[in-house]
Amino acid sequence: MTNFRTKPDHQRYTFEGFGSDKYPNLMLRGAGDLNNWPMAVYISKHEGYVAAKKALQMEPVAVTEEVKTSGIRGRGGAGFPAGLKWSFMPKDTPERKLTRYVVCNADEGEPGTFKDRAIMEYNPHQVIEGMIIAAWAMQCKMGFIYVRGEFLWLIEKLEHAIQEAKEAGFLGKDIQGTGWDFDLLVHRGAGAYICGEETALLNSLEGRRGEPRVKPPFPAVKGAFGQPTTINNVETLAAVPAILRMGGAEFAKIGRPKNTGTRVFGLSGHVKRPGLYELPLGLPLDFIMNDLAGGSSTGKKIKAVIPGGASAPVFSEKEFGTLMDFDSVRDAGSMAGSGGIIMLDEDTCMVQACLRLIRFYAHESCGQCTPCREGCNWMEMILHRIEHGQGRMEDLDLLASITPNIAGKTLCPLGDAACGPMDSMLQKFRPEFEHHITHKTCMVKGPRLLANVGGH
Amino acid sequence: MNHPLPPETADHALATGERLPKSERTEFSPEAIAEIQAIAAKYPDKLAATLPALYVAQRDFGFVSLDAMKAVARALSIPEGHVFGVASFYTLYQKKPVGKFHLQVCTNISCALNGSAEFLEKVCKKTGCKPGGGPSPDGMWSVEEAECLASCASGPCMQVNTDVYDENIDDAKLNEILQACERGEYREWGL
Repeated sequence: MTNFRTKPDHQRYTFEGFGSDKYPNLMLRGAGDLNNWPMAVYISKHEGYVAAKKALQMEPVAVTEEVKTSGIRGRGGAGFPAGLKWSFMPKDTPERKLTRYVVCNADEGEPGTFKDRAIMEYNPHQVIEGMIIAAWAMQCKMGFIYVRGEFLWLIEKLEHAIQEAKEAGFLGKDIQGTGWDFDLLVHRGAGAYICGEETALLNSLEGRRGEPRVKPPFPAVKGAFGQPTTINNVETLAAVPAILRMGGAEFAKIGRPKNTGTRVFGLSGHVKRPGLYELPLGLPLDFIMNDLAGGSSTGKKIKAVIPGGASAPVFSEKEFGTLMDFDSVRDAGSMAGSGGIIMLDEDTCMVQACLRLIRFYAHESCGQCTPCREGCNWMEMILHRIEHGQGRMEDLDLLASITPNIAGKTLCPLGDAACGPMDSMLQKFRPEFEHHITHKTCMVKGPRLLANVGGH
Repeated sequence: MNHPLPPETADHALATGERLPKSERTEFSPEAIAEIQAIAAKYPDKLAATLPALYVAQRDFGFVSLDAMKAVARALSIPEGHVFGVASFYTLYQKKPVGKFHLQVCTNISCALNGSAEFLEKVCKKTGCKPGGGPSPDGMWSVEEAECLASCASGPCMQVNTDVYDENIDDAKLNEILQACERGEYREWGL
């Protein structure tokens, strides 16, 4: 039984001026329209598979070059140039034919991020087309779309879309007369945030526990099933058809140098007009927050913003002018991450917010590396006792002493991800933590962030 | 160490010495075996079918019991220990029975800023369940606290079984959802 979405979608996908030359619409085409996803609509309305046809007539190396020219950086979090990543894939030699794989990372789980869901909901064919182009450029034999387990209805939709693409001759044997075979398989995850990390994802794809691997060997050398593999985020792959259609050089004109193209920002928290905003990289954060998204929803001042999904160190007021691109956000001491912007108003208790985030990392730590497994748990317990009025002043130094022992000492970035919010919140909002310890209650009187029912 | 530690809030799936609950059956139905073999054929390696096979087991057995894990190991000819390791790693495999309608409430930061803490309390009160604490006495409900469901701009958000999320839920909408479940308008667990 198919179970496509029939319920209205409450997300907001558009804003004034969206789709104009100033704010090009490349990724969220037709978002919000529940009938937008079938292949026929994609072809008739959104120039569907034009890019795939164009790419299949080009040399694979030329396709990679085009993506390199576009300068697009990975939208999953690390911001690594996608074209460069593709070029790391080993080529066939006369002695050795390789089986290469391309994997789409749709294990969207970063708190504050909800862009991949929308892209797959409204434009599954855009992702599939992106994968076909990527696979052609790297001459892959098979592709996997790793979708988080909760998105069962999207998995069904993707499988349906893949079937449509197969019938149209874009997947399967001898694609468009090129003699090249490529097939796609949707793999359902099972509820582990860590599987968004690329090597953990590969383990999960191979049917193992989602524990990150030691790098090197990098996936381009030894990835899925021991073969060369490239893993790209949904949004990166969805941008590929646009890059091929308009040409890499044209795409590179959007945004700022080294930070090219548009990116889908998700605004959530205390914001008047929450939703997805596809914007050129390099717009100032306060412009996005106030002018596009309408500012605070509660009427109170915004005191903190998490600029790139929960793992990004928090911004306080003086950093609100930061340009939202990979380099500027990094220079401001945070990371652009997955593009999830979470706004917190001045009544939000930062101790609770911090505990809520650290509890997430403690729960999602895969348990492989001791610093992260134990460190996140201890941070949670210490924050828990501060929140419950049992904290001591030396707990703050204790917390500050834990993070340097986690960051950089684990196999994957989950440990660092937990340290980002912890360090920055403690540093920028220390008075709130101190108030919690001395007064055994919150400094501000906002609604509770933690339920009194126990939890996991 | 004379410092008071916080009370343990987690309701762990398995405490030390605690056994997994038993399922009614120990063998797959013939259809389930066929389905698992069809899945395994799609992958370059049969081990990769562990995750999808566990989903089949969860549907066939109602939850992923120890017997279900053993059945998966037999069906794919892979070690039982591997299957246990995988099943216990991932949270979407229910190692205990759940209600007919398994309600997963997101309580992560964006939803929390939109009131998911109080919302979760309401869900628990209305259904008589504790998060992760097994089904209600009538077997209708079970509640779980989920991590970010990727519905950040429309919290509070809840997923009933594997259905499309319900978003922006207020009191009236919660009542509506629970009544719709009772009327059978949502897919029951395992269907």
